[in-house]
Amino acid sequence: MSDTIAVIPKEPEVTEHHDHPEGLQHHFATFEQQMDASKIGMWLFLATEILLFGGLFVGFGLMQSKHLEAFVLAHHHLDKNLGFLNTVVLLVSSFTMVMAVHCAKTEQRRKTLVYLLCTLACAAIFLCVKYFEYSHKFHEGLLPGHFYSHKGDTVPDQFVFFSFYFMMTGLHGFHILGGMVAITWVFLKAKAGQFNREYYTPIDMVGLYWHLVDLIWIYLFPLLYLIS
Amino acid sequence: MSAHTDIHATAHAHAHDDHDAKAPRTYILVLLALLCLTFITVSASYIQWGSGMINVIVALTIATIKASLVALFFMHLLHDRAMNGIILIASFVFLGIFLISCYTDAVTRDDIQPANLKVKPAAVAPSKVPAATPPGEHH
Repeated sequence: MSDTIAVIPKEPEVTEHHDHPEGLQHHFATFEQQMDASKIGMWLFLATEILLFGGLFVGFGLMQSKHLEAFVLAHHHLDKNLGFLNTVVLLVSSFTMVMAVHCAKTEQRRKTLVYLLCTLACAAIFLCVKYFEYSHKFHEGLLPGHFYSHKGDTVPDQFVFFSFYFMMTGLHGFHILGGMVAITWVFLKAKAGQFNREYYTPIDMVGLYWHLVDLIWIYLFPLLYLIS
Repeated sequence: MSAHTDIHATAHAHAHDDHDAKAPRTYILVLLALLCLTFITVSASYIQWGSGMINVIVALTIATIKASLVALFFMHLLHDRAMNGIILIASFVFLGIFLISCYTDAVTRDDIQPANLKVKPAAVAPSKVPAATPPGEHH
């Protein structure tokens, strides 16, 4: 009888932290798996960001079709050249960001830091230009909702355009600020030499976020500044 | 079996190194393409196409090309797992559903006016009010 009892092999002693390379978290088998998990999470977050801005885009489209004349006149208050400058600045910052990710991946620490600083500088230029645009509009009374006090309008309801303008560019501006904080964070990580060929997840994720902010501006610029 | 995996892994690693070496060149070309497209879209906005609708279509088409370049190359979707691309496309599909349902609602309704509008449109343009009998006089 006793020989029917299965002998349960003694399990090897499980320690709290078995050996795994630095940067690879305990619950992932490989760096690749860890990276894929992070990426899916990041893309889901980016999808929510697209829908957040999407609501404003849909509202803008609806109101434009209802107040077409007012929107056409209102958009002439925006400076196409400043919008163009900001678009170029953001596109260049996207390029320097992707180069920073590439350099982190290929273990060129110094270049990673330089490219990250360039990206931060571009973001700062973008916000400076935005500041000048905003102060010009504040001065002219081109403000959202009942704050609108621009004189001499021939067509009413132009405040609707500026409500959307400030809401969309303002929300985008806060995303730029958030991106700058995130880039500073990965800059410090890169400076501490935490990235290598296997592990560069944080800088890659911040890169994805930064490109999305750029991607949203790619749609904001023609809709607000160019379409008449 | 193990020999096969080794060969596969080596080939995979080589492909990665190859891709890494070429990447900066690709990124520069993509940046140049993006800058050219930005220049084109600004220039095109000065042209009067006859209908404002064409301006919108041109601007949004160029924006979509630019966005695709950013997503495919800068966001690595071209060489990434398909799942990430599917998430991005899905978000645009749902945005499309949102847009279409809102538009069909808006075009099949009466005018939308902001609730805080100071001068009611009827007072501005009485001729626009349909010649229907007011509810009070209806009999």
